[in-house]
Amino acid sequence: MGNEENQKLNAREAWELDYQKASLRDDNFETMSGVPVDPVYGDDLFPGQYPYTRGIYPSMYRSRLWTMRMFAGFGTAEDTNLRFKELLRNGGTGLSTAFDMPTLMGRDSDSEWSLGEVGRAGVAVDTLADMEDLFAEIDLSTVSTSMTINGPAATLLAMYVAVAEQNGVGPQQLAGTIQNDILKEYQAQKEYIYPPRPSMRIITDMVKYTTAEMPKWHPISISGYHIREAGSTAAQELAFTLANGFSYVEAAIAAGQNVNEFGKRLSFFFNSHSDFFEEIGKFRAARRIWARWMKERYGATDEKAMLCRFHTQTAGVSLTAQQPEINIARVGIQALAAALGGTQSLHTDSFDEALALPTEDAARIALRTQQIVAHETGVVNVADPLGGSPYVEWMTDEMERQAEAIFAHLDDLGNGSILEGTFTGIENGYFVGEIADAAYRFEREVNSGRRIIVGVNEFTDGDNPENRNLLRIGAETEEYQLKRLNDVKSKRNQENVNDALSEITAVANDPTRNLMPAIIDAVKTYATEEEIASAMEVVFGTYVEKAIV
Amino acid sequence: MGDYQQRVILAKLGLDGHDRGIKVVARILRDAGMEVIYLGLRQTAASIVAAAEEEDADAIGLSMHNAGHLTLGPKMASALSAAGMDIPLIIGGIVPDEDVEELMSAGIAAVLGPGASAEEVVATVQNAISARDEA
Repeated sequence: MGNEENQKLNAREAWELDYQKASLRDDNFETMSGVPVDPVYGDDLFPGQYPYTRGIYPSMYRSRLWTMRMFAGFGTAEDTNLRFKELLRNGGTGLSTAFDMPTLMGRDSDSEWSLGEVGRAGVAVDTLADMEDLFAEIDLSTVSTSMTINGPAATLLAMYVAVAEQNGVGPQQLAGTIQNDILKEYQAQKEYIYPPRPSMRIITDMVKYTTAEMPKWHPISISGYHIREAGSTAAQELAFTLANGFSYVEAAIAAGQNVNEFGKRLSFFFNSHSDFFEEIGKFRAARRIWARWMKERYGATDEKAMLCRFHTQTAGVSLTAQQPEINIARVGIQALAAALGGTQSLHTDSFDEALALPTEDAARIALRTQQIVAHETGVVNVADPLGGSPYVEWMTDEMERQAEAIFAHLDDLGNGSILEGTFTGIENGYFVGEIADAAYRFEREVNSGRRIIVGVNEFTDGDNPENRNLLRIGAETEEYQLKRLNDVKSKRNQENVNDALSEITAVANDPTRNLMPAIIDAVKTYATEEEIASAMEVVFGTYVEKAIV
Repeated sequence: MGDYQQRVILAKLGLDGHDRGIKVVARILRDAGMEVIYLGLRQTAASIVAAAEEEDADAIGLSMHNAGHLTLGPKMASALSAAGMDIPLIIGGIVPDEDVEELMSAGIAAVLGPGASAEEVVATVQNAISARDEA
């Protein structure tokens, strides 16, 4: 027997041992018609084996389905709390919080910047009191919570820790993820407060704090989702996201963190768009690239620190305002790509989201869509069912090749440091320029009719704009929130607030100290989000993007 | 109008950071021969009025994706009229059809929704400018 065949046999034997150790959802797995199927097909690389192209676990969805995590948030904390409880009753298995624009930008509801934005695109959180309402009657020791927030992430994490503490749940019991991926904010989503370098200091402090105190928490969700939504190609989404990941790794290593320790805590967030095989190739390439770089470039030795675990959301930008019902089909196909790509959790968009936040009915249909993929299609029975397809393998290689070319460029820009290259790329407009070029190219293809978007530039009959039921957030949300903020401010001990804020400024001035404990103390005094942001802003400054078209 | 190059100011008013659409619109208008001045993110009504004055703009385009248009659109329109400026104001982005009338009666010249073609974008801006010139 040749050496290569020997290796293949060893790989299979090693995988079989791992697979046998896994607990499974069922005793036997068969098709709808009763045909028994193997856990995986192919004979060289197996799921759960480095570089994890075929999935991060040996048994994949035979052990556990992906987490069905539906992003929700609107109006007041009480409104969103009701939606959360509804999603949990309906079989959702994790919470995912959308904050309104002022909250995302570190502004209070009574800031002049917040006019017209309070509670509109997510839930408004000004103080710990709002966080108490948001998670009322939800057991934080059992639920896993994702919070989509970046610029002021440290403050929101501190509020979550403080609410849990009020309910007798310690930080070590808290499971979840905070997005906290500031680099992609400068590149795509544009929700930043401070300049890149001080922002990295805050993130490094959070990584240190969570690694020490919150073993079940993911302190960064490195996100390509917004890069793609802003117009990038699939390969740019892949490359910029992983390069941002490398940057956080380099920053944490520079701060003295152990790559094996914090490496396990990192997770990713990708977009699932409509070009089916390109997306699947992208997901597979992401796992392979991440594992290789963590091992070879950053010296990780613990396999858990090499795993690219990721959440996926279907592509909001692909949803059409015209004939919105047909978005259900788009979302179904994108959800299937995510499952075939081996995602760990999934949010499916609601069909009415091109025009407004989802109605409750539309959100339920979106959850049902991924439940159909999980429970009716059978794709969960076999790991990486498309692995070995010449086209899928080629696409995976091609995604990797394009990404590696971008890494080489960033490495060059940073003289051997991806972190420095990324800072430079933010400062010189590289990322925003690449994304804007790709977005414009796409738009021209649609405009010329070369690219068909069903219902938009072709097959346009049947749109019925009168028959739309949109979720509207009225002005009463803003009024309620302003009153609530005023009440909280009038009841708190102002001296305690001032002391806590001065302490934050003092810690911000001392890079050897960690900001997290000071921020946790401050939220407990009911200091507002904006007051805390300002206490750091006086040291860190603010970021203003150059307007480039 | 001969060789006169129309000058259009584009801006994101308020906190909303969704800038994919406005950047595409900027290039569409440029390709159509207009001069585009993109002010960027986090502009205020005051900063837009000041820029429009300084640049002697023929039209102003705002992009809105966060459901704040019914508050911010009229606020911008009244800031322009308070400054005595008769410049057509166009809003693009995520604006439900049923809100268009309210925006128009608040002094917004035109609304461009999702799916507008490049030709519609250019024509809407040009028509808004000529309607003002004829008024």
